[in-house]
Amino acid sequence: MPTTSYKKLPYEYGFSDPEISVFKTKQGINQDVVKTISLLKHEDDKMYNFRLRAFQYFTDQPMPTWGPDLSDINFDDIYYYLKPTDKEGHSWDEVPSEIKNTYDKLGIPEAEKQYLGGVKAQYESEVIYGSLMKKLADQGVIFCGMDEALKKYPKLVWQYFGKIVPPDDNKFASLNSAVWSGGSFIYIPKNVHVELPLQTYFRINSQKMGQFERTLIIADEGSFVHYIEGCTAPIYSTDSLHAAVVEVFVKTNARVRYTTIQNWSTNVYNLVTKRAQVEANGVMEWVDGNLGSKVTMKYPSNILVGENAHAEVLSIAVASGIQHLDAGAKAIHLAPNTTSRIVSKSISLNGGRSSYRGTVYISQGATNARSKVVCDALILDKLSRSDTYPINKNSEPSAFIEHEATVSKIGEDQLFYLMSRGFSVNEAEAMIVNGFVEPIVKQLPMEYSLELNRLINLQMEGSVA
Amino acid sequence: MIQFKNISVSVDKKPILKNITFDLKPGQITALMGPNGSGKSTVALTLAGHPNYQITSGQIIFGKIDISQLSPDERANLGFFLASQSPVAIPGLNVKTFLWQIFKKFHPDQKTSLSEFRSWLAFESDTLGIKSELLDRSLNDGFSGGERKKMEVLQMLVSNPKYLILDEIDSGLDIDALKIISLRIQKLAQDLNSAILIITHAPKILEYLKPNQVLVLDKGQIKKSGDASLVQKIIDSGFNS
Ligand SMILES: Nc1ncnc2c1ncn2[C@@H]1O[C@H](COP(=O)(O)OP(=O)(O)O)[C@@H](O)[C@H]1O
Ligand SMILES: [Mg+2]
Repeated sequence: MPTTSYKKLPYEYGFSDPEISVFKTKQGINQDVVKTISLLKHEDDKMYNFRLRAFQYFTDQPMPTWGPDLSDINFDDIYYYLKPTDKEGHSWDEVPSEIKNTYDKLGIPEAEKQYLGGVKAQYESEVIYGSLMKKLADQGVIFCGMDEALKKYPKLVWQYFGKIVPPDDNKFASLNSAVWSGGSFIYIPKNVHVELPLQTYFRINSQKMGQFERTLIIADEGSFVHYIEGCTAPIYSTDSLHAAVVEVFVKTNARVRYTTIQNWSTNVYNLVTKRAQVEANGVMEWVDGNLGSKVTMKYPSNILVGENAHAEVLSIAVASGIQHLDAGAKAIHLAPNTTSRIVSKSISLNGGRSSYRGTVYISQGATNARSKVVCDALILDKLSRSDTYPINKNSEPSAFIEHEATVSKIGEDQLFYLMSRGFSVNEAEAMIVNGFVEPIVKQLPMEYSLELNRLINLQMEGSVA
Repeated sequence: MIQFKNISVSVDKKPILKNITFDLKPGQITALMGPNGSGKSTVALTLAGHPNYQITSGQIIFGKIDISQLSPDERANLGFFLASQSPVAIPGLNVKTFLWQIFKKFHPDQKTSLSEFRSWLAFESDTLGIKSELLDRSLNDGFSGGERKKMEVLQMLVSNPKYLILDEIDSGLDIDALKIISLRIQKLAQDLNSAILIITHAPKILEYLKPNQVLVLDKGQIKKSGDASLVQKIIDSGFNS
């Protein structure tokens, strides 16, 4: 792999021939950068125009000020596109030592460490990748990178792309729409059940990881898929902004589970727009774990358009130190007998701040719709903070919204009880915290839940006076 | 041996125990009785090291050293076990997992496998009249008073306790359960030659666990002490005679 040659090239853009070897757009963003990205990717006019339109929306919208402080984001400092294969940004020495220690404590293999630390772009696991892909292809499943999908299946992509998260949706969705790169495209044919979760191995291999990734999932009638993105080990990125867009279409009788474990390093602003549209009898489930990042803003949304459609959002946030994790969910009930359940658990420690921000909307005519929201916050010390910002709007007399919120501290009596069984303060506190997140952790595949528990314990180590 | 030597205790600067002295000897049973609010639980919590119970004077001597500054887990690791008067719930902490963790803590060298442990647990739970579904739930979460007390006994059995402090272990248990549990504790104490401190205001449990010494607490002070015959006097004429 050529790792040095391109570095000698000046970082230029604005060339007329997209074939010349340009690997990275200039720092900062303007219309030319957006055009360059589209040209470099040999995209059709439709995407070229889509990007330009989105860029206009991005420029027109002010920075959102209703949530966490975003004033430190400098759009001029960011590189918006670099060729994925050349994304070997830094050496192993540059990876912060606390992240290396975490890899060691988790027992992550050497090859994977290099990838996670951002040193290597690819993590080789060809064998697993190859055989599973063949099985899926035999079932008619399409699972590939978003860029590849646009080339191979433009009609299918354009039928859905940007339809539930339009390019003017919000400032960061607009930015993503303008400069997106990478991400996954998944199409599950009618009545196909994908038994194994489609997970990290795939994305590691196909370089779908990126700052501005774009994911589109279409689950056709009666199908099922579980998609897992991210991984529990901390991802070290020198990129300071991650603005992704995820769109999920759940057709009649289909079910999609979307699991995210987010553990970006604490320099990253993680501002993600995730939305699903659910048709009659469809089920959308989001399981969302947020451990990392400096700031996260993420509210998986569910538009329930068909009768009996159901949405479920289970999320955990662990905010420590400088982190401000603003997470939540939205459920928009537009049809009769639609149901939603939102369970949000947050832990704040070492001065960390977590918030729940959620909206439940029930339209007139969505008869007998029901929604239940449960937010539990656990605050481990006096420096830390937790807030809830729920918005409930019900325009249908026969429907109802239930909302429960609790804020708790670790009880002295709980700690004493466990310590009097021989456990140290740290062990006792970890038991209480792991118990607190257990209802969500148990929804994760085994290897993820074990690692998540270990990570929470690592975060808590030494946090107790 | 443990010596409670001239101990005075305050909670939130409010004095509760005054100048209490007694010994707990291996193989012996001590009954601590007294009316509600006399300070019995305070004695138990002070022994176990609850941070809110401030020892203002006196010492807790273990062997030859003063352990009054040790944390609750350090004391547990010396063999102290407090069966709490009102055991707290820990939501999400699975009972089986928790018991296995305690077991490993107190048997670091044993080769017992998880499946061997599970069959042992199934047997002991059955003996104690603990429904097996309880073992798959969260610790004490939604448990009845009696179920919580039985759960304390199960924890005791995996902890190798040398000093058993039973704070009203009898409350919330029906007569049959009380007998079963008393006999199980007696066997455990015999196997390990443990000392037992039984806190109660109902003498029934003392028929199964016969005390070598009886202490009567009143308003934070030891008002009377004696042998097992003191129990009968209390039954006949109450604490105030
Ligand atoms: N944590 C506490 N805060 C304030 N007062 C307490 C606390 N614990 C015990 N006390 C007081 O100390 C006295 C003795 O209580 P306790 O030891 O629980 O009595 P017993 O177990 O004999 O019923 C009571 O007056 C009780 O109100
Ligand atoms: Mg008491």
